[in-house]
Amino acid sequence: MKFASLVNNRKALAGLILFALTVLVAAFPGLFTTDHSPGIIGTYPINLGPSTGHLLGTTSYGQDIYSELIYGARQVLEIALIAGACATVLSVLIGITAAYVGGIVDELLSLLTNVVLILPTFPLMIILAKYAGQSNAVMIIVLVVTGWSYGANQLRAQALSLRDRDFLEAARVRGERRLYVILFEMMPTMTSLIVANFLGSALYSVLASSGLQFIGLGNTSSMSWGTMLYNADQMEALQSGNALWIIAPGLAIAVLSAAFALMNYAFDEIGNPALRPVRRKDLRKARKSARAEFADPANAENAENSEKGAGDVEVLADAS
Amino acid sequence: MRFVVRRLGVFLFTLWAAMTLNFFIPRFMPGNPLQALEARTRGKVSPATLQDILSSFGYKPNAGLVPQYFTYLKDMLTGAWGQSVGLSLGQPVRDIVFQALPWTLGLIGLTTVVAFLLGNVVGIVAGWRRGGALDSWLPSTLVITANLPYYWVGMLLILLFATTLNWLPPDFNYDPSIVPGLSPGFVGSVLQHAALPAFTLLLTSIGGWILTMRNNMITTLAEDYVRMARAKGLPDRKIMFGYAARNAMLPNISGFAMSLGFVLSGSVLVEYVFNYPGLGYQLLNAVDNNDYPLMQVLFMLYTIAVLISLLAADFFMVWLDPRARAKG
Repeated sequence: MKFASLVNNRKALAGLILFALTVLVAAFPGLFTTDHSPGIIGTYPINLGPSTGHLLGTTSYGQDIYSELIYGARQVLEIALIAGACATVLSVLIGITAAYVGGIVDELLSLLTNVVLILPTFPLMIILAKYAGQSNAVMIIVLVVTGWSYGANQLRAQALSLRDRDFLEAARVRGERRLYVILFEMMPTMTSLIVANFLGSALYSVLASSGLQFIGLGNTSSMSWGTMLYNADQMEALQSGNALWIIAPGLAIAVLSAAFALMNYAFDEIGNPALRPVRRKDLRKARKSARAEFADPANAENAENSEKGAGDVEVLADAS
Repeated sequence: MRFVVRRLGVFLFTLWAAMTLNFFIPRFMPGNPLQALEARTRGKVSPATLQDILSSFGYKPNAGLVPQYFTYLKDMLTGAWGQSVGLSLGQPVRDIVFQALPWTLGLIGLTTVVAFLLGNVVGIVAGWRRGGALDSWLPSTLVITANLPYYWVGMLLILLFATTLNWLPPDFNYDPSIVPGLSPGFVGSVLQHAALPAFTLLLTSIGGWILTMRNNMITTLAEDYVRMARAKGLPDRKIMFGYAARNAMLPNISGFAMSLGFVLSGSVLVEYVFNYPGLGYQLLNAVDNNDYPLMQVLFMLYTIAVLISLLAADFFMVWLDPRARAKG
């Protein structure tokens, strides 16, 4: 997995740019707005429309929507990255241990994974978040507890397929310890799946945490996009004509989740060239070579050679 | 046979785990129905009276955890679900559940099936016409729409179609001024009220089906048996549906089963946004008011729904795919 291949993929690049933008806003919110203590009730007149002073207007509590949006980025990003990372670590540990150790350990860990996978996640999150108190730490724990199982299942499957490979056998014969084999021989070959898993759980965390905040199960005194939506909904912003109060934070959530989703999908495409989008140019070339093959089988070999490296072209020729 | 027994074992274990979790989580956390009820009646009724009311509804905080737990398990499984101690104090939980169930099944169940069928057809066509107009812009768009916060999409639709254009009602399941019955007016009202939430769900869930189906289709089209079908000179339609799509759909079956199982519980937020009185809406009510009896039953039903649909998918797979039969 090279960085260059990420940048060459348009979806990955778009995702990367959106993500970088959010990180920038989250890291230096002061650069983007002049209101450095947004969220204080009654700072401005209520329900103002958009203007140069208030780009997105003000809330029914008299807060500047734009500055709230800027300062809310950090919370969402923190929750997404920390919960995503913890869930990924947990899935790696459980998935790979189950596959590598095997036997009764595998049975037990697989059972645990399957149980968590089947449990109705969102209701469980609601009940947990409601009764464990409403802070970001609780939110992260809830996300990790409910979010690791899918990745663990995938990683276990891939680790199982690796288990009997020669390079692992070689390491075992060298007398390496089990932990060494798992961490330094097995894990590096699974990097792309692990990264994809991280992106997936970060995406899940963005959506789930915002959803919980939206129904008032987040830290309601903090500033984040889901909480903004909650407040807007409580004050019936839709009915009172303050639509931007709803549109803006939702759009921000959508942009961040799109960033993770695009990068995640791009990983699939990079791993499986057949899925990549077809450029018109390649399509014409493939059609031409298919015709050449049909007209003159002897020349087909040359045509095929010139197409080497373009993994999707053969599929194309079949389909067209 | 061994396979089936194992699967059943895992399912029973999961059910037990879910019920146990659901028993212990609310009881180990702060806050209890007594306090919630006190807060709601604003001290107008004495605590002793409230306690009496609650215990007559099956809430016994002084009975010790272990006996409570076993009574709970027995009651859950035998259908003695008790009475609500929340918003609708005293109403049998069974009534609440059976009032809400048809609405959730109708709205979310039907939408899930429609999204799956429609998504698969579009995915088959997109994968078949690789490089066509549909295939070139669809994936990027769908990756984004499939991951939108769907409750927000619902709010935008309310803003557009209900508040601004005034075409469709923004909330509830039917117009309360119409007497429920099989009259055209009532049916129309139900459909009108279901339109926005259904469209919200369709818009956000169809993307996933299209993408997976397209990707499966592309992988399948590279298989030798598809080439073989072409070599035999079979018509395109037959290759597309009988050879490629049929096999490409297999991996989707368990995903479909999962989402059917999550019908009861998966759309809490849509029901919340549209004030649609289904099972998800009832869960939020129960959680808000510390209504343990209702919460317990709902969580058990959610879990059972997933288990049953997964089990059905297992048998369906065995019937569809000879390879799965050999493995079992």
